[in-house]
Order: sequence, then structure tokens, then C-alpha cells
Amino acid sequence: MITAERKPLSEIKAMIAPYRKILVVGCGTCVAECASGGEKEVGLLSSALRMDAKMEGREIETKEITLDRQCVYEFIEQLSGLVNQYDVILSLGCGAGVQAVAEVFPEAYVVPALNTTFIGETKEAGLWVENCRGCGDCKLGYFAAICPITRCAKGLFNGPCGGSKDGKCEVNPDTPCAWQLIITRLDESGRLNLLQAIHPPADWSKREGKGPRKIEREDQKT
Amino acid sequence: MKAKSRLERVLRSGHFAVTAECGPPKGAGPEMIRKKGHILKGFVDSVNVTDNQTGIVRLCSLASCALLKKEGLDPVLQMVTRDRNRIALQSDVLGASALGIRNILCLSGDHQSFGNQKEAKGVFDLDSIQLLQVVRGMRDQGKILGGEELSEPPELFIGAVANPFADPFVYRVIRLEKKVNAGAEFIQTQCIYNLKRFKEWMKLVRDRGLDKKVYILGGITPLKSTRMAEYMSKQVAGMDVPEEVINRLKGVPTKEQRQEGLKIAIETIQTLKEIEGVHGVHIMAIEWEEAVPELVEKTWLYPRPEV
Repeated sequence: MITAERKPLSEIKAMIAPYRKILVVGCGTCVAECASGGEKEVGLLSSALRMDAKMEGREIETKEITLDRQCVYEFIEQLSGLVNQYDVILSLGCGAGVQAVAEVFPEAYVVPALNTTFIGETKEAGLWVENCRGCGDCKLGYFAAICPITRCAKGLFNGPCGGSKDGKCEVNPDTPCAWQLIITRLDESGRLNLLQAIHPPADWSKREGKGPRKIEREDQKT
Repeated sequence: MKAKSRLERVLRSGHFAVTAECGPPKGAGPEMIRKKGHILKGFVDSVNVTDNQTGIVRLCSLASCALLKKEGLDPVLQMVTRDRNRIALQSDVLGASALGIRNILCLSGDHQSFGNQKEAKGVFDLDSIQLLQVVRGMRDQGKILGGEELSEPPELFIGAVANPFADPFVYRVIRLEKKVNAGAEFIQTQCIYNLKRFKEWMKLVRDRGLDKKVYILGGITPLKSTRMAEYMSKQVAGMDVPEEVINRLKGVPTKEQRQEGLKIAIETIQTLKEIEGVHGVHIMAIEWEEAVPELVEKTWLYPRPEV
């Protein structure tokens, strides 16, 4: 999923300060899973903003709505008829959601309530970890399904570096050395020979070669 | 054919090589490099110049190497992949050769979060093994990455590092082999204080026949004090300073600890000379270049051979 964290209330307040009527829009997919932008968080943020305004003697009006997916136009269109009734859209979607809403309603003023962070997994309740950088050229098959680009601090393809000690990364002792994990898993499954090959330099053009990437598929076009 | 580096000639003629390290200043003045060069000249075969080590901005390795070359020393250009992408790396390789620098040491580099530019973007476009392969291809095939031909290939003796004290231990030798296969011709190791572990590592190296394929120079850093030993043991990643070494320093008065540190280094060098497959020593006397001539003389490695 795409993970995100809510911005500090002070930052959100500063962005919406000029406005009285606020449409608070959540997303029911990734950011709901990581408990930052789902229906529950939309409700919590709205009431926090209202409460805060009241304490300061201001009056604001909020309307809460959570879309199934804030990055897909057909869901965003549910906001039609609502958008023009509000001064600002406070989006609790990821960066893609914020931009998609603005794309559908270009006349609206859309601001983010979240900081989008990474593609990751839910490790345990309340813990999400990054494990994919979306490099566009997945090599997990060679690395025991542990991504060295994401999980090694140096992104080494032919690791580990000299800073791997007792299974920990020198950069952050709370982080396991990705290469120790790769080697252990390959060793335990009798595939250590996979590491004898020298991995050639990555093709970063698949990640950032010519600006924003797009996927275009004729078979999906209507 | 361009002249080979002194380091290459010494190693290829079977002598026990001695290299040292020179950390450039945090400033634009060339004097400090020249001064360090003069202390080392004649006592070592070659001098490594670190490349913004621990991620701290310093006078660049390439310029420092050129300064040392002018003073008649044989510099080893350390090049890390942390700060430059493949375009800059290959360009600097050509520049180094054009300036008459004949040795290169390929490393990934200390992570930027350790230095004084913690907010920097770590490049790591290539890793150290890929850089070795690229430099080897430039020299031997006269081609840059992607296959385009160079008008003139660089002439460089190509090295890499190995840390026998990092984990996972058994994999360390496999990784060394990868470096050799990628093109490393000489290896300089992390500082050796734990001789037992180093000997075990060397045995694995010999078992794979790697000592016949690559020249291995054991790393030596004389300890100045108990404090330094404890700092290195606890704070420096990938460093293994056993308790008995720390205790040995503790056992002498503070004033004599430098002398004791030198004694330990001398004994370590003497031991390394006897280990099969060790072809030299790399002395990293951190801000203590004056120690190098004494270490070299007291281990009967002076004078350096004519090659």
C-alpha cells in the first residue's frame, strides 16, 4: 500500500486558515489501511478542526466524505455538486489522490492533510515498513524477495557493505541489514549460489529517466 | 604503454608492499597534503587519498592525488560511489589517468548520514563492485559503460577494500571473490586488531585460491590511546577491537599509550608478514603520519625496494 502520515494540525490550519467551509475528503484504500486517511481519520480531523476553531472563537463548517479510491476519477466524480458548495477541499488522500481530485475539479482549491511517505507493508498493528521504491525493474527474484534498493541504506546490488554487524545496518542500528536478511534466506533455502553473479548497474531510466512515468495499455482502453 | 604505478611494480615483482593513507584538509590549502607527502616519501610505496571519508567535505581526492604526484609520490585515488553518478565517476577516472594517477581504489563510501552533510542525497548509482567492473572495462576494453569506445583508455592499477570483521563472516570471502571477478587487482583490508579472526579469514581466502588472484594488503591503524581504542570499538562501524587490545593499552600510563599502540602495530605487521597470501600492509595512521616511518623501519620494511 501507499502509506501516509497526517500533517501536524498547525500546518493544516495554516493552509485552510482563509476558508470557512471545508470539504474533508478521505480515501478508503491505502491510507485507510495505514490509518491516516480513512473514514475514521476524516471524522477525527474534522472534529479536531471544528473544536480548534471554536476555542479560537472562529466558526467553520465541515463536510466529511470518504471515497473508495481517491485516485480514480469515477469515484472522485461523487464529489460533483458538493465541491462548489465549499471554499476548500482538504484531502486525506495520498499525493496521487490530492492531484487526481484537483484534476477532476480544476477550479477547486485542494490542499493535502497528509504527508505521503512510502510503499510498504503492515508489519504489525501500528507498524508500517517501507519495502518498495517502485523502481520499475523488479529484481526481487534474485534477492530472496527482499529489496536491496529499498531496504539497504546504500541500495547496493552486490552487498553487504563493510558496515553490516550482528545483522544490523551501520546507518541505523534499529534496522536489520537487508543483505544479512537476503543471505540468510538464500542460504537457508539452498540458493546462496544466486549471489555469485555480479549484478550489473541498474537501469534507473525505468525509475526517473524522463520525468513522470506512465503506463499505457491498449487492451485496457475503451 | 604507459608507465605502471609503483604499487603495481612492487607487488608484481614479489615485494611486500607498504601503502599509507593521507586524509585531505577541510580547506583549500595544498600545504597540508604536501607536508603529509613529505613525511611519507621514501617510506611507503604508495599513498591513498581518502574521498570525503565519513561523508565529511574535504579537499577532493583527485586534486590531492595530483598534488602528491607532483611531489614524487605514487598516489592511490580513492573513489566512492556515494557522491557521483556513473557519468561523473567515469569522467573522473579519465581525469585521474590524464593527470598521471595510476592507482584507484573503488568503494561504496560511508553513508552520508555519518558526515557533516546529513541532508545530502546519497547517489549510489553504482556500487563498489559495479564500479570495479566499469573501471576494468574502461582500461582493458577501452569502453565506457554501454559500450562506447574511448579515444584513449585510462591506465590504472585497480583496487578494492575488504572487511574481514564485518558480518556475515562466511559471506565476506564470497564477496571478496566477487570483487576479484569484477576486476580488483589489489585489496586493502579494514584495520586489523583481531588477528585470530583475520587469520581465519585468510584461510578462507586461500581455500578459494584468491590469494593467487589478488594482492592483499592488511590494514594497520596504530592506536593512540585507550580512548581511541574504545571509540573505534564502539562507535566505528565494521571495526573489531578485541578487549585484550584495549586492556593492553589500559595497562600502561596514559603518556606511554601511543608508544604501546605503535608496539601493537609493529607486532601486527610482523605477524602479517608471516601469513601466507598477505602481500603487504596498508598503514592508516589517522592524523599521525609521523608514525609511519617508525613503523616501516621497525618492521624491517625500510628501505623500500628499487623497482
